Amino acid sequence: MPPVVKIEEIHKIYDSGEVPVHAVRGVTLEIERGDFVALMGASGSGKSTLMNLLGCLDRPTRGRYLLDGIDVSQLDRNALADIRNQKLGFVFQGFNLLARTTALENVELPMLYGARKFTTKQIRERAMHCLDIVGLSQRFDHFPSQLSGGQQQRVAIARALVNEPQVLLADEPTGNLDTRTSAEVMGVFQKLNDEGITIVMVTHELDIAHFCKRNLILRDGVMVRDEAVSNRSFAATELEKLSSAEAAAKLTGAKT
Amino acid sequence: MRFGSIIKVALRALMRNTMRSILTALGIIIGVGAVIAMVSIGNGAKAQVEAQVASLGQNVITVFSGSMSSGGMRGGWGSSPSLTIEDAEAIEREVTGIVGVSPEVRDRNQVLANGLNWNTSVNGESPDYPDIRSWKIASGAMFSDQDVRSVAKVCVIGKTVADQLFANGDPVGQTLRIRNIPFKVLGVLDSKGFNLFGQDQDDAVLVPYTSHMKRLSRRSYISSILIQAASADVIDKVQKDITEVLTQRRKGREPDFTVRNQVELAQTATATTQTMTLLLAAIASVSLLVGGIGIMNIMLVSVTERTREIGIRLAIGAHGSDVLMQFLIEATILSSLGGVIGILLGIGSSQLVSHLNGWPVLVSTASVVIAFVFSAAVGMFFGFYPARKAAQLDPIDALRYE
Repeated sequence: MPPVVKIEEIHKIYDSGEVPVHAVRGVTLEIERGDFVALMGASGSGKSTLMNLLGCLDRPTRGRYLLDGIDVSQLDRNALADIRNQKLGFVFQGFNLLARTTALENVELPMLYGARKFTTKQIRERAMHCLDIVGLSQRFDHFPSQLSGGQQQRVAIARALVNEPQVLLADEPTGNLDTRTSAEVMGVFQKLNDEGITIVMVTHELDIAHFCKRNLILRDGVMVRDEAVSNRSFAATELEKLSSAEAAAKLTGAKT
Repeated sequence: MRFGSIIKVALRALMRNTMRSILTALGIIIGVGAVIAMVSIGNGAKAQVEAQVASLGQNVITVFSGSMSSGGMRGGWGSSPSLTIEDAEAIEREVTGIVGVSPEVRDRNQVLANGLNWNTSVNGESPDYPDIRSWKIASGAMFSDQDVRSVAKVCVIGKTVADQLFANGDPVGQTLRIRNIPFKVLGVLDSKGFNLFGQDQDDAVLVPYTSHMKRLSRRSYISSILIQAASADVIDKVQKDITEVLTQRRKGREPDFTVRNQVELAQTATATTQTMTLLLAAIASVSLLVGGIGIMNIMLVSVTERTREIGIRLAIGAHGSDVLMQFLIEATILSSLGGVIGILLGIGSSQLVSHLNGWPVLVSTASVVIAFVFSAAVGMFFGFYPARKAAQLDPIDALRYE
């Protein structure tokens, strides 16, 4: 089976300012189906730019990008939109749910765009199914403002899943969450990955990257490290550790 | 994206800022309301004028005698003793497409009856006269051709004269005196009210034109001839033929008559109200324009506010055209809702004006339909620029927008 993501010598140069900025300088990368990749790097390392390129939100200046065997590097705006709709799922740092729109309707949104036509009933059923996967089907009629950060991020994951994407792209998905909720969300990602979904996420937290299978490190637009994670963290054990740590803190607190 | 979903999204967006939506639509509401009210009032005035013109009779052509000059003094139309009964008879005989002819002689006289007297217009006419003017006889009957031939001392009186001289009792069969000559009242005309020029049309006594010429005014000429054409289609031809017949009878002398038809009169009479209506509607549509600019303004604000939402939609696969449609439909819903409210407001206020001032108003379906379509078009036109701005946003920039 060919890799789901195949990037060859990709470059991105921004020349809107006074000095052209060479954000990505010849990155070559293959991601196999079922992989779980963390993309790391300091700010300015080009990881966001690479993520935008992977997400078909932007076109490379040079180089080739094959997504699921399709060369997407030179597609036009509408064709890219269709690719994003059908082949990719997005999870953002700030959740980016539509306010004053229920969880269910947020999840339905990708099905309203795109070429595939569903009946209203199909749309509802698929959205409910995805909410069920992330464990929020009971809260389908809640508005984002009525949900916690972790719950909002799980709604966003459900939305990313609804069109059965080839790759799930997550940009700092735990950036706005506390340690426990981060571990919960990573648990959801690990569960999805176990079911065979390919995930690529940007993070700058090393312990979050340890939940993944493979870590890529980018510096000044160049890939400097590509390694498998040896001591992988698992959400269940991490959450257990957190619970016992909290319990210990309470015990100590009770003694004084 | 499906149309139903787009409308749902648009309505939700509008409801989110109810007050702002109402204030934005207010420009359109006032604009459309003003247009509807102005056009209704204008149409009402026009309809009233037209009804008055129609009360003069259908398809009526009038021949006036020419002006007379004596010693450098030029009289107006009708001052020249140039039209004769023979002219009227020639028209009746030679012109086709005519259903009635009435030679007219008019003057004012003191009329006496029941020990009362009243100054009124005494008109010599033919028996065709009520038909030409579409004027019904309320009681009794019109005098006949026989009465014309026999120069009979008979008359038919208008409602006002009947009220003034025969207040208590039926005038039919009674006698009134004009210049001390007794005339028997054969009938009373229906009330017709005031004409275009404010004259009381019911203040008149009709006598056979022969009786008027031989017994009252002692004139050998008539002042005008009323002719009714068979239909509006032939009125121009009949008018031309009349002119021809009269010109021939004058054998090369300069024409001393004018022929006018009622359509011309109606046009003159309605021209003013039409100009006025147009002017008022033009002023009102300026406020529609201002309303449209208000919509554009708020839509631009809305696009900026919802940049992130647009970014999300674009990122998950919306095409630019989906976003364009969403904002365009939002603007159109806003303006057409304003249009509907404006139409209701316009109808309401024109009814109020009608009620308070007694002006006639006429709300035409056409003006309502045009106002609605126009308001929707205003929304589309002024919503296009903001919508296009939204559609052309870059998804990356839009998602990063704070």
